[in-house]
Amino acid sequence: MATATVTMKELQSPVEPTWCPGCGDYGILNAVKRAMVQLGLRPHEVFFVSGIGCGSKLPDYIRANGFNSLHGRPVPIAQGFKLAHHDMKVIIVDGDGDNYGIGGNHWLHIMRRNPDITHIVQNNMVYGLTKGQYAPTSMKGYVSTTSPEGTIEWPVNPIAIALAAGATFVARGFSGDPKHLADLIAKGIQHKGYALIDVFQPCVIFNRINTYDWFRERIYKLDEDPTYDPRDRDAAWEKAHEWGDRIPVGVFYINEDAPTLEEQIPALAEKPLYQHEIPPKAEELEALKRAFM
Amino acid sequence: MIKNDVAFKLGGEAGQGVESSGMGFAKAIARAGLYIFGVQDYMSRIRGGHNWYQVRVAERQLYSHEPHIQLLIAFDERTVSEHLHEVVEGGGVLYDDTFKVDADAIKAHGAIPMPMPLLTIAEEVGGNKLMMNTAAVAAAAGIMEFDLSYIEQVIRDNFGRRKGSDIADRNIRVADAAYEEARKRYAHLFEWKLEAVPNAPQRMVINGNQALGFGALAAGCKFVASYPMTPASSLFEFMCAQARRFGIVVRQTEDEISGLLHCIGAAHAGVRAFACTSGGGFSLMVESLSLAGSTETPVVIVLAQRPGPATGLPTRTGQEDLLFALHAGHGEFPRAVVAPGTIEQCFYEMARAFNLAEKYQMPVIVFTDNFLANSIRAVEPEAFDVQKVAREIDRGKLILPHEHGKIEQAVTNGYRRYEFTEDGISLRIPPGHPKAIYSVAGEEHLPEGFIDWEETAENRNRMMQKRMRKMTVAAHADMRLPEFYGPDDAEVTLVCWGSSYGPVLEAVDTLNRNGMRANMLHFVDIHPLDWDRVADILGSCRSWVAVEGNYTGQLARWIRMNTGLKADGVIARYDGRPLNPTYIIEHLNRVLTRV
Ligand SMILES: Cc1ncc(C[n+]2csc(CCOP(=O)(O)OP(=O)(O)O)c2C)c(N)n1
Ligand code: SF4
Repeated sequence: MATATVTMKELQSPVEPTWCPGCGDYGILNAVKRAMVQLGLRPHEVFFVSGIGCGSKLPDYIRANGFNSLHGRPVPIAQGFKLAHHDMKVIIVDGDGDNYGIGGNHWLHIMRRNPDITHIVQNNMVYGLTKGQYAPTSMKGYVSTTSPEGTIEWPVNPIAIALAAGATFVARGFSGDPKHLADLIAKGIQHKGYALIDVFQPCVIFNRINTYDWFRERIYKLDEDPTYDPRDRDAAWEKAHEWGDRIPVGVFYINEDAPTLEEQIPALAEKPLYQHEIPPKAEELEALKRAFM
Repeated sequence: MIKNDVAFKLGGEAGQGVESSGMGFAKAIARAGLYIFGVQDYMSRIRGGHNWYQVRVAERQLYSHEPHIQLLIAFDERTVSEHLHEVVEGGGVLYDDTFKVDADAIKAHGAIPMPMPLLTIAEEVGGNKLMMNTAAVAAAAGIMEFDLSYIEQVIRDNFGRRKGSDIADRNIRVADAAYEEARKRYAHLFEWKLEAVPNAPQRMVINGNQALGFGALAAGCKFVASYPMTPASSLFEFMCAQARRFGIVVRQTEDEISGLLHCIGAAHAGVRAFACTSGGGFSLMVESLSLAGSTETPVVIVLAQRPGPATGLPTRTGQEDLLFALHAGHGEFPRAVVAPGTIEQCFYEMARAFNLAEKYQMPVIVFTDNFLANSIRAVEPEAFDVQKVAREIDRGKLILPHEHGKIEQAVTNGYRRYEFTEDGISLRIPPGHPKAIYSVAGEEHLPEGFIDWEETAENRNRMMQKRMRKMTVAAHADMRLPEFYGPDDAEVTLVCWGSSYGPVLEAVDTLNRNGMRANMLHFVDIHPLDWDRVADILGSCRSWVAVEGNYTGQLARWIRMNTGLKADGVIARYDGRPLNPTYIIEHLNRVLTRV
């Protein structure tokens, strides 16, 4: 881990955020920067990949490397990049529609693979950028322009799905508490393997139900309970289903023993792929020719 | 006696080893110094059905198969009924003597029935009826008096020399017995013979997909991500098999969308990457193709065609996706489309695709199809000039993050990933260096890479023009015009692209032998091109007929769209079967009478 000192100012992007005043995405941006400062991660050591959505604009708003991709598609781009440049910190930032909806299949599979990637999902339980349609995370009965009589689908439970799919770090944060969120993000970055951080991110324009106050009234911190052991998968499973009057945030689950995707690929043992010399030695290619004779 | 000019076909059910036997026989013949052309036909099923493998042999290089054969080798009864009509006058039909085969029908057709106790030999000598295919191949060799030792070598290669495993020995005993018996019974009746060419050089026996993979390796490809789909799977599997030896990363992803996006991620980090798929998978990649276009990410996509629509004919061939690939993607962006026609071209064009992709920072689509992907030929190892490929590697305006000195020199005033330049190509420094920190976007962006929040018309125009300028530069600097084969004062020019090369070439040779002056104009590079010059070339032809593996004449349409010139006719094959010279000549006559 880098030990350089990094300041919030250094992470300041020349681009001003275009988010609505009061949007939960500001808290996430703030927490991401704080986490980088905490860990001493310099801008050139980090690569942010986002999809499309309000929150996915984040790579432009922080001074680091970024890739603003397609709706639902940052997850595979991040994996390809990580395999090609595995000593870089790769952080995916996307929305709940992005990751739990259109990109759901990619998400399922990144969890099985366990690359050393941190994944921050801005969960506002609504579609922000397209102006307020219901999201896969919207609560049952949520009324929106595309669900005028209320949704009839169950919401996705990101924590339970992540546990079921084998994610090795599963956490939930709240953008109204950037300090706590920064801690979670820092832990996720430090975790060796795939880290999901689902973040409650109030959309102050379209989601009039799940507001800052709504979350504040309900959430409590798992880390404040000394009896909770995030290495206990069964306990995590139980907490994953807690919803309603009391909603847990914090680290649900950590598995530090699983090898990462990169560690299991022989080609990456010596140095990152992008530093490999090309082309291969002519003798190797000549030997391959002989295999065809 | 006719020496070293023969075609034979093995046929049977899936699971009977038709392909491996055909391939093994072809390899043995190539080791004896002869040229071969092998083509397979199989059904989309794992057991049963009907598969065949056809091999043509000569002392000169071959580029196509033909519909007629001299020897039919039947692993089942159906093979005889399905293919008897292809056997020439005086040819032979070899089959197991327990099969219910109408020998009189074979005789009436003018061919020689050659029943053999293949099953009995396999069971009695080898102890296993599965060795019937060894017996059949050896019997065929006996009939053609081909030196059995070449077949024994291949058996040893295939079954290994492992101690304690006597499979190879038993197969060889089966081969010896079948060979002797067949030679005794039928060699004197069969005119066509195979004889080793003394001191012939060693040649590779390789198919189009393997040649594409070889080209990728030689060009320094380090990353492959795909999802299996026929007929691209064997290329993907080839790369998987080479991963350890060449230190490359190969990933089987959850779908084709992910496959191409993995490649975009890897390429963004500065690694040469490709994805391979067929039409259905390419459909899924289309949105990401557009992202590669917008972010100017160099990726290569091998589009191995099979007939559509939808799942179409999964194991057969066609050239139906040309216009799709040329237009795939929302919005307008630069891309290159190339279509190698031979196994040698597969090797070089695949390598060149990476150069085009990196030099112009754009996606490049390399076409193949089931016919080219799976047909085998014997080629000189020197034809795969790996040193030449290495010398020609061109990574364009790329500086890798660990090349500190170069970055210090190039970046004096801040790094702008999409700097406006005269040739439209900007300096590319993948993320990782403190002097080159930037964010890119698929959304329309500023020269720095940031999204253009103001969406100004001026930036949009300049950015579009910058990207599209690359096409003009590439068309003149790198893309190759179609090439003629055959006499230059031809009455008719057969215009084709990609894998039609071989069948059209041989059709042209035959036409000229028979007194009609014809030539071929073959397109490898299809986009971008200097269309004024293409128009001049076509304008100099007396008449031109497109020969294509599709219904609508897609190349002819592309040419008309770009030059205004209309073909005098189209020979269109869309039944899922590969073109062959006889087919082309027959249809040419029909097209010409209509002209
Ligand atoms: C393929 C595709 N479909 C639809 C869209 C339109 N679209 C843009 S953002 C978005 C949803 C955004 O929701 P979310 O991911 O939750 O992000 P938020 O805006 O709420 O932060 C949609 C549907 C698109 N850009 N691409
Ligand atoms: S619409 Fe909602 S999510 Fe989007 S910027 Fe505004 S408040 Fe934030």
